[in-house]
Amino acid sequence: MHSEHNEQVITKEVPVKKGYYLVDIEDYPTDGWGKFKRVVKRTLRGELFVGLWVVLREMIKFDIHTIQYPAEKMPIGPRYRAVHEMKRLLESDTERCIGCGLCEKICISNCIRMDTRYDENSRKEVSEYSINLGRCIFCGYCAEVCPELAITHGGRYENASEQREHFIVYEDMLTPIDQMKAGTQQEFQGFGSITPHEDERVKKTPLAY
Amino acid sequence: METAYLIETVIKIVAVLLIFSALAGLGTYFERKVLAFMQRRLGPMNVGPYGLLQIAADGIKLFTKEDIIPTGVVARIFKIAPVITAATAFMAAAAIPFLPSFTLFGYTVNPIISDINIGILYILGIMGVGLYGPLLGGMASANKYSLISAARGAAVFISYEVITGLSILAPIMMVGSLSLVDFNNYQAGGIGDWIIWSQPVAFVLFWIAAFAETGRTPFHLVANDHEIIDGFGTEYSGMRWGLFFIGEYANMFFISFIIPLIFLGGFGDGSFLGALAFLGKVAFFFFFFLWTRAAWPDVRPDQLMWLCWKVLMPIAVINVVITGFVMMF
Repeated sequence: MHSEHNEQVITKEVPVKKGYYLVDIEDYPTDGWGKFKRVVKRTLRGELFVGLWVVLREMIKFDIHTIQYPAEKMPIGPRYRAVHEMKRLLESDTERCIGCGLCEKICISNCIRMDTRYDENSRKEVSEYSINLGRCIFCGYCAEVCPELAITHGGRYENASEQREHFIVYEDMLTPIDQMKAGTQQEFQGFGSITPHEDERVKKTPLAY
Repeated sequence: METAYLIETVIKIVAVLLIFSALAGLGTYFERKVLAFMQRRLGPMNVGPYGLLQIAADGIKLFTKEDIIPTGVVARIFKIAPVITAATAFMAAAAIPFLPSFTLFGYTVNPIISDINIGILYILGIMGVGLYGPLLGGMASANKYSLISAARGAAVFISYEVITGLSILAPIMMVGSLSLVDFNNYQAGGIGDWIIWSQPVAFVLFWIAAFAETGRTPFHLVANDHEIIDGFGTEYSGMRWGLFFIGEYANMFFISFIIPLIFLGGFGDGSFLGALAFLGKVAFFFFFFLWTRAAWPDVRPDQLMWLCWKVLMPIAVINVVITGFVMMF
């Protein structure tokens, strides 16, 4: 049975890539003497000691890869999708959200609820906004659909709570005004965001050809 | 004289019990640390400095856990099985000289509970009785995996009893005594006198069999986590499970004492340096148990039986025969 397998490999003519080679598989011994020879060969080949050396070497090198989590943390990517954030406008420090309701509409797990009203300047403003983190699947559609880049995902992934239905409200997500004044608002780098050096890539519309 | 002897013996027994119960706990700490380092991890780190108090935390957990006797088990046998494992492990310690005799406040102390003239036979016998822990525990548990583990345990322990006995027979023939103190004195002359040089085959065979007797990793199939959960320990919880654990680790320590005593010169001439060297050898053999667990895979039950009956036992018999011929002529 095994020799058939070998023939198959030969007749198929596998296109051998450069640097690749077929592993030479010996035939299984069928008679007692062959089996005995195999046992002796395997016994004296010393592979067990190779294994011992490998783990001992790692112990001596002491190249520990553990991250002691609460004390140490891995850096996370800028596109990481954790708890949402609400951004402020760079020019006026006011809220970016215009209350269009697209995020509420697109949310596939129905976890965003918002309420809007007209403020004293007859501008639309968000009066209530909450995200049910117990339902949110962090798909990122809300951030993707937002026309103002107002709702984005942040890097806060530690959200243990006393209850399953843990809500966050608008005030919690909004960038604090003192952070905004200090200029430390982080822009989301993920899908839908402005690419770096966007200003330089803008081309003026020509008036005439 | 009689009272003094009685008091001394009781003190020794209590000391051995306390020290080796504590060492069993410490052994788990070392095991976790060594395995972690070999796998580039840190192991326990949070309880106490470098996780040293992890043993205390585990101990508190084991002691205060509810003692659950599941429905369907044979309660009496279920309850007694872990005690057999722990008790036989400690009973075997009675004939092991842990250190050379020393003088404390003008009183000569022999750190062996009882130097009986059939020491090795006694130790092998008690270790054979130790089989009843996993066997009864597994059979009483009313659990398929426990039952498989009990069957495997019976097969492995009984098979490897043969290897242990036959491999150790050749050194016994050379020394002409069954007392481990006599074994030590036979090799007291230094490294050149060690039995390992005249009986290397017996040494390797005994060492291999030690792994089967303690159920450590290359032969860990009695409680193989990935196929039969925890084997005979599946239904156990709390301190009853802890007794199995203490028994296993105490066994590892005692085997680590016996191998250097028989083959590697023990504590030599009984000097302080000899005692230190002895503890070093014991530490190496204990470390080797952990080392192999990090490095080697488990073998299949049929491979284990094949190894025992078709390879190791014939070699052991041939070794005994050759030793006999060499001694005769």
